[in-house]
Amino acid sequence: MMQMTGADLIVKLLERQGINTIAGVPGGAALPMYDALSKSEQIHHVLCRHEQGAGFIAQGMARVSGRPEVCLASSGPGATNLITAIADAKLDSIPMIALTGQVPLSMIGTDAFQEVDTYGLTIPITKHNFLVRSAKELLTAVPAAFRIAMSDRPGPVLIDVPKDVQNQMVSFEEFPDVVVPDAAPSFDIAAIEEAAKMIESAERPVLYLGGGVIHSGAAHMAVTLAEQASLPTTMTLMALGAMPMDHPLSLGMLGMHGARYTNYVLEEADLLICVGARFDDRAIGKTAEFCPNAKIIHIDIDRSELHKVKNAHVAIAGDVGQVLSELLPRVKPQLRKRWLSHVESLKGRFPLAMPGIDNPRSPYGLIHAVANCLDDNAIITSDVGQHQMWVAQAYPFRRSRQWLNSGGLGTMGFGFPAAIGAALAAPDRTVVCFSGDGSLKMNIQEMATAAQENVNVKIVLFNNQSLGLVHQQQNLFYGKRIMASRYERPTDFLKIADGFGMRAVDLDPAPNPRATLAEALNTPGPCLIHATIDPNEFVYPMVPPGAANSEMIG
Amino acid sequence: MSEQNTNLSEYIPDVPEHGGFHKVVLELGVANHPGVMSHICGLFARRAFNVEGILCMPVGNAETSRIWLLIFEDERLDKMIKQVEKLEDVLYVRQHVGEHPVFGRLDEFFQ
Repeated sequence: MMQMTGADLIVKLLERQGINTIAGVPGGAALPMYDALSKSEQIHHVLCRHEQGAGFIAQGMARVSGRPEVCLASSGPGATNLITAIADAKLDSIPMIALTGQVPLSMIGTDAFQEVDTYGLTIPITKHNFLVRSAKELLTAVPAAFRIAMSDRPGPVLIDVPKDVQNQMVSFEEFPDVVVPDAAPSFDIAAIEEAAKMIESAERPVLYLGGGVIHSGAAHMAVTLAEQASLPTTMTLMALGAMPMDHPLSLGMLGMHGARYTNYVLEEADLLICVGARFDDRAIGKTAEFCPNAKIIHIDIDRSELHKVKNAHVAIAGDVGQVLSELLPRVKPQLRKRWLSHVESLKGRFPLAMPGIDNPRSPYGLIHAVANCLDDNAIITSDVGQHQMWVAQAYPFRRSRQWLNSGGLGTMGFGFPAAIGAALAAPDRTVVCFSGDGSLKMNIQEMATAAQENVNVKIVLFNNQSLGLVHQQQNLFYGKRIMASRYERPTDFLKIADGFGMRAVDLDPAPNPRATLAEALNTPGPCLIHATIDPNEFVYPMVPPGAANSEMIG
Repeated sequence: MSEQNTNLSEYIPDVPEHGGFHKVVLELGVANHPGVMSHICGLFARRAFNVEGILCMPVGNAETSRIWLLIFEDERLDKMIKQVEKLEDVLYVRQHVGEHPVFGRLDEFFQ
C-alpha cells in the first residue's frame, strides 16, 4: 500500500511516463505541485518568464520528440496565459499536457482570488480536459491524459487540479501502468485497392502531404510512394521536410505563398492523393476551384476530416503510416514520362522567384546564407509573418521534424520559446529561430529563460520595423492605407538581448555579414542575430485571401 | 504595385444558408460527469447548429448518461455527428427520425 499527496502522485506519474523536463511558472494554487517537484531527481523544471512561453517550450519539445510534453501553471492568470499555446497545439495536433493549479474545491464558483473557469475556457481548445475532484481520480486522469494526447490524431489535454486535491492524501495498491498510444483504427483493404487502381489509371496525379505524415513518422513511406508511382509531390506548411525540397519530385509548398508552378500543377491534376492533410483554406484557396478536375483520395486518421472541405472519391480513416504500408505493395511502378516532363516545363516557366538570393542583406539571401552554415541536423523554427513564408519557400528542408512552426493558429511569438523547447529536447542540435520584430516582441521575455538554460538557440531577426504581412496586405488589398502596421519608434533589440544576458550580433554594420553570421551560428549558446530588412519587400507569389490559387499576384 | 492589382480585394465568403425544416433526433451515450453537457452544447453552439430540445438523464448505475437532442437537419448533419463522436466522453451516437416519441409528451410543459 502506498500513500502520498495528490501533488506527489502527479509528479510520480509524470516521471513514470518518462517526463524529464517541465516548463512552467509557479503561483499560489500550484505550490503543492512545485513542492512535490522539488523532491524529483528526474524532472528538470524550466522556469519561464510567462506562461505562454512555458506552453510553447513544451510544444517545442513535443514537436521534436513526437511525444507528449508538459507545461505547468497556476490558476487564474497562469491558466489564461497558457491558453494561446494550448489552442496552437490543438490546431497543429501537437501532443501536450497542460497542468494547472485551481483554487480549492470548496471555493470554486465563489470568485475566489485567482479563480477562473479553466475547464470551461479550455473545452474548445483541447482534445480533452479534466477538472480533478479527488486525489484518487489522478490515478486515472493523468494516464488518460497521456493516452488521449498521443493516440489517433494527437492534441493537447489539460488537467486542472484544485489546491486541496494536490494536498489530499491518497492510498493505492500500485501505480497505474505506463500508457502507450491506442491502436490506430482499422481500415478497409478494399478502399486501399480502389486507391491503388485510381493511382494506376491516373494520368496527372499529384501527392499532397500534410502534417499527419510527420506525426505518423511516415515520411519515408510517402517518398517511396511518390517514387514508385512517379507522383509530383506538394507539401503543406506543416509537412515541409517530409520530402526533401531538392527531391526531383518535390513541388514545394502549395497555397497562398506557394510557387506559381506548384499551384498550376495542382490545377491540372486529374487525381489528388491527400495524405494527412486537411484542405486548409491557406493551402487550397477557394474550395470550389481547387484541383477542379481531380478525383480525390483522402487518407487521415481523423474521420471527421474526411469529406469535411472536399468530398473524397476514396476516403480512408487510418494511420497514415499503416495505410501507406498497405498501399505501397499494391501500387504499380510507373514512369509517367509525359506528366513529369510537363510538370518540369511548368517549373521552368513559372519557378519560385527568389530575388536577392545572393545578397545576405535581403530576405531570401539571408535564409540561404543561414542554410549554408548549417547541415540537416539543425532544427529550424519560425515565428509568424513574412519571414515565416520566405523560410517556408526557400529553406532546403530535408527531414521530418526539422521545421517547427505555428501552422493552424498562426501565433506570433511561437518561434522563440518553441526553439528553446527544441533545444532542450535535442541539446546536441543547433536550433535556429527565424523571427520578425513584431513576432519576437510577443515572447521576448523568454530571452531570460534561454540565457538561464544556456540553450543553443540562435534567433535570426528580420527587422523591418513593421507587422510585415499586415503591411503587405494593406498595400495590396486596402488601397495602400497603412494603418497600425508600422512601428513608429525603432527598438534596440541588441540592447534588449544584452539586458537579458544573451549575446547579440548585428549584421547591418558587419563588413562581411556571411562571416559574422557563420561565427554566430557556430558558437554554442543563445544568440540574437539582427538584420534590417526593407519593409517594402513583399512575399510573392500571393493568392488574395479567399481567391482561387490560380489567381496569384506577383 | 502595378495597376492591374488595384482592383483586387480580399474575398470573404458569404455566410451559407443553414437550417432545414426536417427534424432529427440524436441519441448520445456519454460518460456521466459535470462538464459533459458543456462539451456537447459547445460544438453545436459554435456552428450555430439549431438545437430545438435537449433531454439528459443518468442511466443505470449513473456511470453514464443518455442525452437526447432534437435538431433541425441541414447538410452539415453528418459532419456535426462526426465532431460529436470525436469527443472523449461520447460513447455512441445514434440517429432517429424526428417523430421519435422521446420528445412527444413534453409539449404540456411548454404551454
